[in-house]
Amino acid sequence: MSVLDLEHLAVDLPVEGRLRRVIHDVTLSIAQGEAVGVVGESGAGKSMTSRAVLRLLPHGATVEGEVRFEGRSVMAMDRTALRDYRLSDVAMIFQDPRAHINPVRTVGDFLVEALVERGDAKADALRVVTALLGVVGISDPQRRVKQYPHELSGGMLQRVMIASALAIEPKLLLADEPTTALDVTTQSDVMVSLDTQRRERGLAMLFVTHDLELAAAVCDRIAVMYAGFLVEDIPASQLHRGVQHPYTAGLLASRPSPTVRERRLFAIAGRPLSAYEVGDGCGFASRCAFANDRCRSERPALRVVGASRVACHRSEELSGQLSSHNIREATHD
Amino acid sequence: MRLITRRLVSLVLTLFVASIAVYGALFLAPGNPATLLAGGRATPAVLREIERQMHLNQPFITRYWEWLVGVLHGNLGQSYVYRVPVTTLLAGRVENTIFLVVYASIVIILGGVILGVTAATRRRVSPIITVGTSIGLATPSFVAAIISITVFGVDLKWFPVFGAGSGFTDQLWHLTLPALALATSWLAYTAQLTKAAVREELSREHVETARSRGIRARHVLTRHVLRNAMIPITTVSGLTVAGLIAGDVVVEQAFGVNGLGSFLVQAALQKDFASVQAVSLILVATFVVINGAVDLWSLALDPRLRAGASA
Repeated sequence: MSVLDLEHLAVDLPVEGRLRRVIHDVTLSIAQGEAVGVVGESGAGKSMTSRAVLRLLPHGATVEGEVRFEGRSVMAMDRTALRDYRLSDVAMIFQDPRAHINPVRTVGDFLVEALVERGDAKADALRVVTALLGVVGISDPQRRVKQYPHELSGGMLQRVMIASALAIEPKLLLADEPTTALDVTTQSDVMVSLDTQRRERGLAMLFVTHDLELAAAVCDRIAVMYAGFLVEDIPASQLHRGVQHPYTAGLLASRPSPTVRERRLFAIAGRPLSAYEVGDGCGFASRCAFANDRCRSERPALRVVGASRVACHRSEELSGQLSSHNIREATHD
Repeated sequence: MRLITRRLVSLVLTLFVASIAVYGALFLAPGNPATLLAGGRATPAVLREIERQMHLNQPFITRYWEWLVGVLHGNLGQSYVYRVPVTTLLAGRVENTIFLVVYASIVIILGGVILGVTAATRRRVSPIITVGTSIGLATPSFVAAIISITVFGVDLKWFPVFGAGSGFTDQLWHLTLPALALATSWLAYTAQLTKAAVREELSREHVETARSRGIRARHVLTRHVLRNAMIPITTVSGLTVAGLIAGDVVVEQAFGVNGLGSFLVQAALQKDFASVQAVSLILVATFVVINGAVDLWSLALDPRLRAGASA
């Protein structure tokens, strides 16, 4: 059974008094112990998708479709059920630990808060989280729990955040760009720590990132989002063999290779659309080198193609043409 | 600990400088106490004799030093007008003023914080509070005094409008209108500041984290929102209470409360130098001490400040 199901999820946020669509249509499942990477450019709706899982949307937001956790509707939960769900089932790791941890309370206070709220004795909770700090690679945990967030480095603080997520023994982790705010040198250490703990505990994970390669390294499947749509859902192992959507292909092509020195870095032409700007057709049509009239007028539905799901009218025709080399050529023409 | 010592030292230094200013200011003011004491027709010889007796012929530094040593021994000098020690004159008045200022402070801080938090968290009543506090903010204490005397004192006759009363409950009853008049604009100010601080904290990312973890709304509010909003609120509340000391002068006059404020006005009109100096010194010292206390309290509230200050 899947841990999480998003069914035709659509979200509107109030902007200057009007509702604006930020997620059009996302259907996605995560099985027990499975890691799914949600990839896309800024504004594609990745973070909002992860927040919708926790029903952590801004005041006045409206949601269509359904979010199910172990079959139960998250949108239909009453206050108590939602609290229990957040306290015990799902834990979120936020992007910037410096901003997402209260600066005037100790690290220990932050770590035990959810456990104490759940009814554990504070001393027991403190023992649990101190041990967890060691597990996620923080030295001298006894001292750390008495310190304040500003006394810890960004990398350490993100490990604290990871420990706080593991502490509630959730079934699902949500990670919203967990390493983006960190120094490049500490990014991989923190990522390894998160990945190891997740695998050891068999946790499912929704991993939001703009880094396709990183997602491929730590996830089983990649879900690519563009302008509020899920455009492709592909096994991570297939990423370099057969992507089906021109946007995914473009993302792959725009990643500079560490071994080949390019004359010019590749970028997908045009600017990324916001979800509310999308017209009737495919959201990516305005930037797609392969778009035809049908693409511009009829919105492609997500359908199963091979091991993937893809929302593109032409994916069968284009199969074999979406290598990074071809994409660069097609764009320069 | 070292940090606290350093703050205390700077507090004492501030007090010292303030005392020089207080003592010196009156000597820059026009008028000679000797002339005043001697009456209109004193011969120069008489004036010189008075000046000698009162050490007015000695250099400023010597006089200041004598005065300061006296003050430190609890002797605030001799009133030229009443010819009794200033401390005797202050005795009952200090109590009235402290009562009034503490009363007003409690009203301001409790009322301001409650109104502010309500305005920040309850969307429906927020506009009402905002309008109310805007009006309050624009009401000077003398206007608030006149209005409250007219409405609650003269028309409704709920409260007395003159004097300070004696005994705790009587004092409380007598000083309610003065305290409210004194509190009005500061209460409004504290409410608006609290509202802004709470709104600001509500939008913080770490509050989102707490919500995402299923922490009860009530706990999110107390542990994260109010706890952090306390920092700016404390700073401003300290200044507010210190500011009351100045506003107190007007309100005591309006309600005929025999306190330090009305005594200061009276003493200044009579050119009673020692009394003016004594009251000024007390007011300034209170101001400095309250500020110092707020400073230390902020350090206790904000760990980042502790790190920054000891570095």
